[in-house]
Amino acid sequence: MRSVIDIVDLTAAEIDGLIATAEDIIANPAKYSEKCRGKKLATLFFEPSTRTRLSFEAAMYELGGNVLGFASADSSSATKGETVPDTVRVVGCYADIIAMRHPKEGAPLAASMYSPVPIINAGDGGHSHPTQTLADLLTIKREKGRLSDLTVGFCGDLKFGRTVHSLVKALLRYEGIKLVFISPDELRVPDYIRDELESAGADWLETASLEQAMPELDILYMTRVQKERFFNEADYIRLKDSYILTADKMALGKSDMCVLHPLPRVNEIPMEIDEDSRACYFKQVKNGKYMRMALILKLLEVE
Amino acid sequence: MIIGTITNGIVIDHIPAGKGMEIFRYLDLEHVEYEVALIKNAVSEKMGKKDILKISEVIDLNYEMLGYIDPNITVNIIKNGERVQKIRPQLPETITNVIKCKNPRCITSSEPELKHIFKLTDREKGVYRCLYCDSFAK
Ligand SMILES: [Zn+2]
Repeated sequence: MRSVIDIVDLTAAEIDGLIATAEDIIANPAKYSEKCRGKKLATLFFEPSTRTRLSFEAAMYELGGNVLGFASADSSSATKGETVPDTVRVVGCYADIIAMRHPKEGAPLAASMYSPVPIINAGDGGHSHPTQTLADLLTIKREKGRLSDLTVGFCGDLKFGRTVHSLVKALLRYEGIKLVFISPDELRVPDYIRDELESAGADWLETASLEQAMPELDILYMTRVQKERFFNEADYIRLKDSYILTADKMALGKSDMCVLHPLPRVNEIPMEIDEDSRACYFKQVKNGKYMRMALILKLLEVE
Repeated sequence: MIIGTITNGIVIDHIPAGKGMEIFRYLDLEHVEYEVALIKNAVSEKMGKKDILKISEVIDLNYEMLGYIDPNITVNIIKNGERVQKIRPQLPETITNVIKCKNPRCITSSEPELKHIFKLTDREKGVYRCLYCDSFAK
């Protein structure tokens, strides 16, 4: 029995396998519509995240399975003080697989140490969110046809952005990847990611200018720049516009560049950009569902 | 200062000066009935100063904990006045329930009954990180 807590729990070959399954699901959805008949997915969301929960639930329904669970800690036994290990031991008596979201870092790992059924980490605080990364990887693969030989720019909050850290870790396993980190000084990538980049011998650079980085990017991964990350309002106001993706900045990018964003967005991508054929963030949402389907099939060992 | 040699028991030697008490506490030696001697700041050619712990009983030791405190510690098992075994604890791959994670956002902060596990992520530098949240051990 396997759980997936961090993106590196999956080997590069396993990720390629999940991508192949997801592409087959997209091509032949009917073939998969009964695969999980009689199986149940429990979505245990100790903090609300409607879009992630709906993606997991839609994934299970499209596989012909059923869904149970709770959408926030108030509606769960956690408010009565039940521990994570006890919760999953109980839920594991009803469900065949569990997707868990928790505000505390490492809660899904703790769950996996006690659960009788596979656990999928659906986000643990600022720590890890592997199924988002799977969605990102499938989107890159489908849009560019490959996961190697790409220049990937990350823009915005690179300090706290867990989706960025996780995608960086996943991309470092492919050949010919160049990473460009575009952020204000206050929100640069943390030291431990820097260490990993160094020890992997990665090709990477940092810049504060999105305009400057734009022309060489194959992928631009945008993130939210949140006000509360700044020490003072003045810095936020001074910096926030530099990391907003305007039509002017888009004009500097390659014609086949691909813009990703883990969503929800605030104002870093104005709606006018949605019309640009390079905007791929809604495709990314759909791809997230397909990768979750592929992952559920894999962990349930359904052929 | 003269401390009698022990006939049967354990001598934990080459403890970095000042760490002897920490090991004394981990081994819970405060209330035991057998003889225990903690020697602080003994003169050492190699280390300048070191601590030594002599226990007149062969007790179970947590080598994970000793290796984590300092991999240069040596453990000598004494039987009938002779050293029958010399053990050098290695830096362990994981340490369980020796230290706690200081990250307030870590699940172990709200569910302290979980095992407190740290994994060795850099053997050269002796770096440990929390298994749950990846925070560095202090
Ligand atoms: Zn921790």
